[in-house]
Amino acid sequence: MSFMQINDLKVYYPIRGGFFNTVVDQVTAVDGVTLEFEKGKAYGLVGESGCGKSTTGKSIIGLEKITSGSIIYEGQNVTHNRRGRGSSYNRDIQMIFQDANSSLNPRKRVQDIIAEPIRNFLKLSPDEEKRKINELLAIVGMNEDAKLKYPHEFSGGQKQRIGIARAIACNPKLIIADEPVSALDLSVQAQVLNFMKDIQQEFGLSYLFISHDLGVVKHMCDHISIMYKGRFVESGSRKDIYTNPQHIYTKRLLSAIPDVNPIGREERKKERIEVEANYAANHKNYYDETGKVYDLKKLSTTHFVAMSAHEKGGI
Amino acid sequence: MNSTEQLLSINNLHTGFRIKDTYFDAVDGVSISLKRNEILAIVGESGCGKSTLATSIIGLHDHNKTRVEGEIIYKGINLAKLDEEKFNKVRGEEIGMIFQDPLSALNPLMRIGHQIEEGLAFHTKMTKEQRDKRVLELLTQVGISNPARIAKQFPHQLSGGMRQRVIIAIAISCKPNIIIADEPTTALDVTIQAQILDLLKDLQAETGAGIVLITHDLGVVAEVADRVAVMYAGQIIEEATVEGLFTNPLHPYTRSLFNSIPQMNSENEKLQVIQGIVPSLINLPRTGCRFSTRIPWISEGMHEENPTMHEVSPGHLVRCTCWQHFHFESEEGGITR
Repeated sequence: MSFMQINDLKVYYPIRGGFFNTVVDQVTAVDGVTLEFEKGKAYGLVGESGCGKSTTGKSIIGLEKITSGSIIYEGQNVTHNRRGRGSSYNRDIQMIFQDANSSLNPRKRVQDIIAEPIRNFLKLSPDEEKRKINELLAIVGMNEDAKLKYPHEFSGGQKQRIGIARAIACNPKLIIADEPVSALDLSVQAQVLNFMKDIQQEFGLSYLFISHDLGVVKHMCDHISIMYKGRFVESGSRKDIYTNPQHIYTKRLLSAIPDVNPIGREERKKERIEVEANYAANHKNYYDETGKVYDLKKLSTTHFVAMSAHEKGGI
Repeated sequence: MNSTEQLLSINNLHTGFRIKDTYFDAVDGVSISLKRNEILAIVGESGCGKSTLATSIIGLHDHNKTRVEGEIIYKGINLAKLDEEKFNKVRGEEIGMIFQDPLSALNPLMRIGHQIEEGLAFHTKMTKEQRDKRVLELLTQVGISNPARIAKQFPHQLSGGMRQRVIIAIAISCKPNIIIADEPTTALDVTIQAQILDLLKDLQAETGAGIVLITHDLGVVAEVADRVAVMYAGQIIEEATVEGLFTNPLHPYTRSLFNSIPQMNSENEKLQVIQGIVPSLINLPRTGCRFSTRIPWISEGMHEENPTMHEVSPGHLVRCTCWQHFHFESEEGGITR
């Protein structure tokens, strides 16, 4: 059972101009996104830069205004009360940011950074708070003496782990991870990913994993949605997306990922060009006249693809 | 034009940065060569010295703060000892460079056409008309469909992929023999990345230039490179053909790296984590195997005292002897610090 539903989420940015600085047009950053979150599952949001995936994440947590749509959290409509102190929504949804460096206050010590959500939401005595901080540092695999240090004293991977410690401080239900590893080196990335998987199992966390790296998403997520121009083009289980992609945009994205195997690269290049040609040729079957992606259609219980009404599935 | 002609040979290159009157070598004894018609990939994590190696080749270091020693032989000249004035003739004309971030590499106040023309005006005796024509040719060559319009635009009017194409056009404008590409696709989306890599490969086939590709992405290496050198802490620790390295990685570092890729065909498995962190330049032990601290379960005696490159099979070189005894620590206790 899902504990949280997002229905037809839309985020538009106004473009102002003209004589009285009136709204002349709008940018449709997110245009009708529907998602459901189940406990302990990881959801991937993939797309190219500018497709609206980060905006989706930010609007869910309440850092962006929602134009229309609703967020239902445990049966309650929290769309207009996302940052309010009254609901537990604020505490149960946390975020890990892409750039660990700029998401940590450089003038605060690690203990104060991690303690911030604790002080906001849990009424703990100073002793209990200290114990909690030590506990959190142990979970993310850092020494206790890290408490008194400042963010600049840590490496990139460590900073990202501090960010994670802060996110899990209040036992959240859902963590929105916006490109959590794209700024990290391969071996450090492995460290952070392993660790995110560990705490997911331990605490039954759900993730909304936003990334442009399909390899990472495949490793982490049970359910993947591909986004293009603010809309989902395809949504399905990991298996649906990787073994049976239906939308040409998904196919194009998958063919563009470099494979870690030099054998057969000439064939892959040929295939890539073929897919690219196919993409140009069949464009109108998948996008309407204005270039907008069609509404999602159900292919199986888990697999949804955006196609025109004339297309009868299975290409 | 001989296809196996040696274009560039680097011998025992040391590039050091000055910190309080002491020089610390970021590139520490690198020897490698580049042939015509070849893409040589240099792979490593951040801070391993791969970009320093690139900037040493093209001479972009501040001589007051940097020390470049050793040999970078190109056409019989040692570039490491070349003075600035003579280097200006080499840069752009003989060696072109493609930078990582196309927006910061382009001048925001100059039109695209003018920026491409700049190198031509400096290095060639072309007239203005010839140069204008060449600019349009170059833009077409890098796959821009309406060159006349793009040439009149400013960098901010172009998308990231287009800007990177312009950077490539600038790099190849004087038909250099060597192109250095420092993370050319890191700032781009995967679909654009694939296009740019294909473009680089096609251009190389046309011009026969040698390309030094600096990257941290092993996927990119597998797609385009002919030969690969893996760097760790300022040294090359393994060098092989791309097939050799990907089918039979030998050095513990290379093997660990391969195991830490979240591969497209692996699910739910634990990723390999390399213990410890890359030692900083200042604290780097300059003797012994530099990777030994990160594989502590391999005993001291397995490493060489002064690790050198050993040719294991033709063209496949590995530093130190520890690879012969290396095995993964089977029980990796979760998170390592």
